Amino acid sequence: MSKDSLFSKKNMKLLSDPLNDNNPITVQVLGICSALAITVQLKPAIVMAISVMVVLAVANVLISLMRKLIPSRIRIIVQLVVIAALVILVDQVLKAFVYDVSKELSVFVGLIITNCIIMGRLEAFGMANGPWESFLDGIGNSFGYAWILIVVAFFRELLGSGTLFGYPIFENLGLYEMGYENNGMMILPPMALITVGVIIWIQRMKNEKLIESK
Amino acid sequence: MDVNKNSYTFGFAAIMVIIVAALLSVAYIKLKPFQDRNVELEKKQNILSSVGINVERENAEAIYSTYIKRELVLNNKGEEVEGIAFDIDLGKEIKKDKNVQLLPLFISEVDGVTRYIIPLRGKGLWGPIWGFISLEDDLNSVFGAVFDHKGETPGLGAEINKPMFQDPFAGKTIFEGEEFTSIAVVKGGVTEGDMHKVDGISGGTITSVGVSDMLSERLTMYLPYFNKIKPDIEVDSVFSAMDSVVTVNDSIIN
Repeated sequence: MSKDSLFSKKNMKLLSDPLNDNNPITVQVLGICSALAITVQLKPAIVMAISVMVVLAVANVLISLMRKLIPSRIRIIVQLVVIAALVILVDQVLKAFVYDVSKELSVFVGLIITNCIIMGRLEAFGMANGPWESFLDGIGNSFGYAWILIVVAFFRELLGSGTLFGYPIFENLGLYEMGYENNGMMILPPMALITVGVIIWIQRMKNEKLIESK
Repeated sequence: MDVNKNSYTFGFAAIMVIIVAALLSVAYIKLKPFQDRNVELEKKQNILSSVGINVERENAEAIYSTYIKRELVLNNKGEEVEGIAFDIDLGKEIKKDKNVQLLPLFISEVDGVTRYIIPLRGKGLWGPIWGFISLEDDLNSVFGAVFDHKGETPGLGAEINKPMFQDPFAGKTIFEGEEFTSIAVVKGGVTEGDMHKVDGISGGTITSVGVSDMLSERLTMYLPYFNKIKPDIEVDSVFSAMDSVVTVNDSIIN
């Protein structure tokens, strides 16, 4: 057991690292599937980000608590069972009590289970660290995932549909009357990949740690 | 304890599976009544919204019984059969042979106007899509349509449950003269005045085609019933015309 305080520098790094230096999407290139699929609009992107956060934090803690009991040969299956059970449980509860949110989530349930970030963190972190560190790692990584998702969704919804959260920004600015047209390409998956690519490009330009030595 | 022994591995897997299975089963059984209730209310809400009545889900129950006057179950010959229309699971019905399918039909009366609501069910890109389309009492003009889906892509196919997609259905017709045409969802802009087409969704082509197919397949099933009741409706309207017009014009009856 480490004797660090709960919010020691080391622990805080678990939260901040995934935001930039070790971002799950732009640096580790995990979770790309959902980043492409649900970033057409901001609202579902945010719902997805929150769902991933809940599942990742709880699953990471659970796996960390069980880490000394899990037989290493079936550890991946155990991780998957924990994730799937959590997701189904959350989905069932939402369906019963907050039906509208569950409808919003419907399509993501499958995507959460298969999100490589979650399994990646369980395998790389939860299996080897204590519950509190795992919790921070889960939260940190989901924030790292969330901000990329939200930035991509922001540009795709704004440029593709001219709206934000469904609110018609461009129409109210009078851009259409000036001859502006929405870029239909933005709502198709390839542009999500290109947007992620642009973010990676900018990040590597700015962040010295990510610049490869020649 | 050696956690890598075969016996331990098997034991661990078995216990884990039992615990998870028990947990999920209990959750499912305990939550099912709440979930069913939500689904039922949403169905009522959707039926009402197809005839232009938008209500909160909590109020759907009471308002439903005010406006939906009759619920019929039909067979493919257009005859009424026994059954409770509301409880028919279309998802199961459409898998059956056409000759044994049960066809639910809801008849609403809002401000004295009768409309016919036909439940729809079909395939989208990722899963089932469904909806309700309401016809005016000429059984030709569409009054309104609502659609929904299980898991179409957000922002693309999922847009079928938005007014932007649903509103253009109102006022379209499903017959051209005597011939059944249904309403097609098409790519690339509908020419003004086309009575049988509506705009599809960019990036949601497969879902749009699914809506087209669903409409044509489902409406076709009701044609025998329409043919059966149409003469009655026409006679009714002639009689009501006669009531209001003092001099009877022979040509109306012909």
